Amino acid sequence: MDQTSFTYPVLSALTFWPLLAALLLAPVKSEINVRRLTLAASLVEVLLAAPLVAFESRAGYQFLEMVPWAPAWKLTYAMGVDGISILMVWLSILTLPLCVLCSWTYIGRRVKEFHVCLLIMTTACVGVFSALDLVLFYVFWEALLIPMYLMIAIWGGDQRRYASVKFFLYTLFGSTLLLVAIVALRVAGGTFLIPELSGMTFPFKFQYWIFLAFFLAFAIKVPMFPFHTWLPAAHVQAPSAGSVILAAVLLKMGTYGFLRFSLPLAPEASAHFAPMMIAVSVASILYGGAVALGQNDIKKLIAYSSVAHMGFVTLGIFLFSPEGVSGAIFQMLNHGIITGAMFMLIGAVYERSHSREIVKNLGLGKYLPHFMFFWGLFGLASFGFPGTNGFVGEFMVILAAFNESVKLGLLVIPGALLAAAYILKVTLKMAWGQPASPEGKNWRDLKKKEWAYLAAPAALVVYLGLAPTGLLALIGPSVDGTIAMVKNEAPRSRVVAATSLSGRPTGLIVEEDLTAGTPGLPVPAPAAGRLVQAPAGGQAAGDAGPAPTDGQAGTAVETGAAPTDGPTGTEVE
Amino acid sequence: MSVIESCNVLWPLLVTLLAPFGILLAGSRQNVREGVSLAAGALTAALVLSFAPAVLGGHIYRYELFHILPGVTVAFAVDGLGFIFAFIAPFLWVFATSYNIGYMRSLKEHAQTRYYFCFAIAIFGAVGVALAANVFTLYLFYEIISVFTYPLVAHHQDEEGFYGAKKYLVYLMGTSKLFLLPAMVMTYVLAGTLEFPLGDIQNGIFSADVIAAHPNLVRLTYVLFIAGLAKAALMPFHNWLPSAMVAPTPVSALLHAVAVVKAGVFSVSRIILSGFGTETMTSLGLSLPTAYLAAFTIVVASLIALTKDDIKARLAYSTVSQLSYVVIGVALAAPAAVQGGLLHIGHHAFSKITLFFGAGAIYVASHLKSIKMMNGLGRKMPWTFGAFGLASLSMIGMPPVCGFVSKWYLVNGAVDQGQMVLLIALLCSTLLNAGYFVPIFYRAFFLPPDPGSRVEEVREAPLTMVVPLVFTSFVSVALGLYPELFHAFIKAFGHF
Repeated sequence: MDQTSFTYPVLSALTFWPLLAALLLAPVKSEINVRRLTLAASLVEVLLAAPLVAFESRAGYQFLEMVPWAPAWKLTYAMGVDGISILMVWLSILTLPLCVLCSWTYIGRRVKEFHVCLLIMTTACVGVFSALDLVLFYVFWEALLIPMYLMIAIWGGDQRRYASVKFFLYTLFGSTLLLVAIVALRVAGGTFLIPELSGMTFPFKFQYWIFLAFFLAFAIKVPMFPFHTWLPAAHVQAPSAGSVILAAVLLKMGTYGFLRFSLPLAPEASAHFAPMMIAVSVASILYGGAVALGQNDIKKLIAYSSVAHMGFVTLGIFLFSPEGVSGAIFQMLNHGIITGAMFMLIGAVYERSHSREIVKNLGLGKYLPHFMFFWGLFGLASFGFPGTNGFVGEFMVILAAFNESVKLGLLVIPGALLAAAYILKVTLKMAWGQPASPEGKNWRDLKKKEWAYLAAPAALVVYLGLAPTGLLALIGPSVDGTIAMVKNEAPRSRVVAATSLSGRPTGLIVEEDLTAGTPGLPVPAPAAGRLVQAPAGGQAAGDAGPAPTDGQAGTAVETGAAPTDGPTGTEVE
Repeated sequence: MSVIESCNVLWPLLVTLLAPFGILLAGSRQNVREGVSLAAGALTAALVLSFAPAVLGGHIYRYELFHILPGVTVAFAVDGLGFIFAFIAPFLWVFATSYNIGYMRSLKEHAQTRYYFCFAIAIFGAVGVALAANVFTLYLFYEIISVFTYPLVAHHQDEEGFYGAKKYLVYLMGTSKLFLLPAMVMTYVLAGTLEFPLGDIQNGIFSADVIAAHPNLVRLTYVLFIAGLAKAALMPFHNWLPSAMVAPTPVSALLHAVAVVKAGVFSVSRIILSGFGTETMTSLGLSLPTAYLAAFTIVVASLIALTKDDIKARLAYSTVSQLSYVVIGVALAAPAAVQGGLLHIGHHAFSKITLFFGAGAIYVASHLKSIKMMNGLGRKMPWTFGAFGLASLSMIGMPPVCGFVSKWYLVNGAVDQGQMVLLIALLCSTLLNAGYFVPIFYRAFFLPPDPGSRVEEVREAPLTMVVPLVFTSFVSVALGLYPELFHAFIKAFGHF
């Protein structure tokens, strides 16, 4: 990536500007100024992100930044985004101003501390999605934990203590395993750089354990059934902005982890565990939907719907097909937009009726028609109404499931039905439920600020629902690269990326003949990634062992140094 | 036969899309609000009518609006089949609006702006279904109809209303999510596209290779489609229709006799003829089972209708029965049967809307729902009952009313195919129809009013209600006398 074409290191600026802004908040005294300043800072953040528009639709990392950090430990300050992470970076950045706006009246005490938390969280979110060094990634990953914990514990509801501790323990447990995996990878691979590690082939046994460690860390974060119990508690207790960040960004870190680490670093183990992952995903979809249907608390209902939605994401990822993985990434973005917006709406309701119980909010549609319009729109998108972005993501994942096997597809369909059922249930009760009791509730329709923070996601819902192709083209090459790695076809894109980083080609890739796959149903879309099954136990790969790649990590990026080793990209030794 | 890329096909959609917002803007200014509906209906019908020369000339206008995924687009096209439905829905909307004015104002209904708003969106959905050029677009508008007719069914917002509306939504949304969505996905997986091959009713979306390789998956897809299109009210997914009768009568008239249910049978026809094709239907053995299911629905629904005393319930079951005429014709895949089925989409629309208009006019004038109480009412409301009688003849299939023409083709088709069982079912249905329509007419005109009933004081309903229903009954007769009006388009569609 040609770094010189940008006058400033975009990703670092995006990461650390909120932190700087948090420091700048320190001397500010009045609450309203804190809010205004944070809003201004968040808008500056969006402006700073403008160069990201130049992201090109190709494989490999862009906007790379490489600075030696602690050469003795082979630590590098490495930042970069590919088609998968750029969406998440955008999501993190755009969430911030919305969070500030939706907390404007919601948060009434310790305002400055709250906004500092918000800003630090943005730093951590952007950092997590742009870090290309495992240690750097881990630092940001952990950095997110504290402000989120504080947000629930200080500004949360009545049971905030229980919820925050539960959240903390669950995620901390996952993080510990993540750390173990990172250290193990350093020992086996000799580097912390993700692009370099992605190009290596580890013994199957090693992959097996690495995958399991990653799995627990990420599955808790996603959260996948049965590791989801912290989520409803955290969501219900968290303030609106906390729930928004939790839903829009935090949960994505889990699925992002699967895409960035599990699949490329442990491809054979990923293939090995894919049936289990698919089963757990389907269980998440059905369980989350069924439990959501039984909820009386609006926020809890949406929290459980997140479990189901994220089940679609993990399902798509572990089907290893272009539609599946693209659909999963698209669904990650959708879920961020839709569920984030729904949590903001729930916050708006809570500010009016001081309750999140459905029975306390019956029939408010008559008094808040504009609110109902937005709720209806996001609700439709949430259950995959055609013409909204929710449909596109869900359709692609279901399509991939049917491509895998008709039975699997038919198994997922009830999940789509459940989604319609619980959303329609709560929507109809809020719109027309009887008896509507407006007494004692400040049921006034949306204010200008609320319009401001709802209009943007609403526009995205429709736009992405009707014209998703541009975005899908953006993520396409990265998706193909990731799939290629799991399929054990040479990870062409990553090899290029890795070599351009380290300056020399990475290790050996031993490959067996893997053409014995079940073609299944004809794949309609341009047939990237044929349906090839990975070997059951990659012993052959294990013999070769991890390649010694003590490349000079941390040296300058040599653009154009990528070796053009054959169009097939398969190195058979 | 030629397909012409032209954005003209978007105009009717644009008008029907803007109309609801015009209604919202007008708010509680009644005359402006209903004026918007009337004008939009007339304009849309005129715009659709302007396609007539091209459609009759064998041309198909097509336009792709949004490209969502490869092979998944929002695209519209107007061919002979689509033309008929796209014309009927807004055309009858004009009369339904006039009727609405009388009905809603006479009964002083609440939330009228919401009512007209949803009504207009339902028409937008119907026009969209009619003009859909692929399965995805069809699905999109089909779902729009489901969602936006819910407030209409639940309009009274009482316990009965919510119960009926809940059932309505559960049936329609449940089947479409559970069956229609996977059917669409499987079509895409198998065929790689969702575009209807326009102008070809022999071969559908699936190529011969696919059918040869995965015959059972294609069959499964078909079954999912038929189960998913519950708006066609094929048994066992018919129960939402009688439940939906809790809605105000104009809703039952336009939506549950025309727009919604016709969207259902239209979609079934579209899927069978354009999605699968007559040859696939026969070669995979899908044709007869569907026709038998439809025949079963025809007879059983008619039998249930006999037992109903509530006039709207009786009309609802009659609708269930009559919708299957369309399905039986299309499923039989013989030219005569297909023509009969498709003709019935138009013919049934005009006759059944007359019947529902009549039921509503009777209710507004006399607050009567029970048929037993209608003795002698005909002499007080001669126009209403006269029109009702004409429309009943159409249901029974008597010449010269239009129901006869479609039934004639259907019977011919059944004979051509050598399907005596189906022939008997159709004839049985005629008798049963007579069995439940003639008594209404007979009571109204030939029996004296019951002592103590308020029939003596009854006068005709407001003119805004009577004029539309008389007009639609005359159209029913006109279509019986000049069936070419719709037949020409069907011939252009199927090259019969």
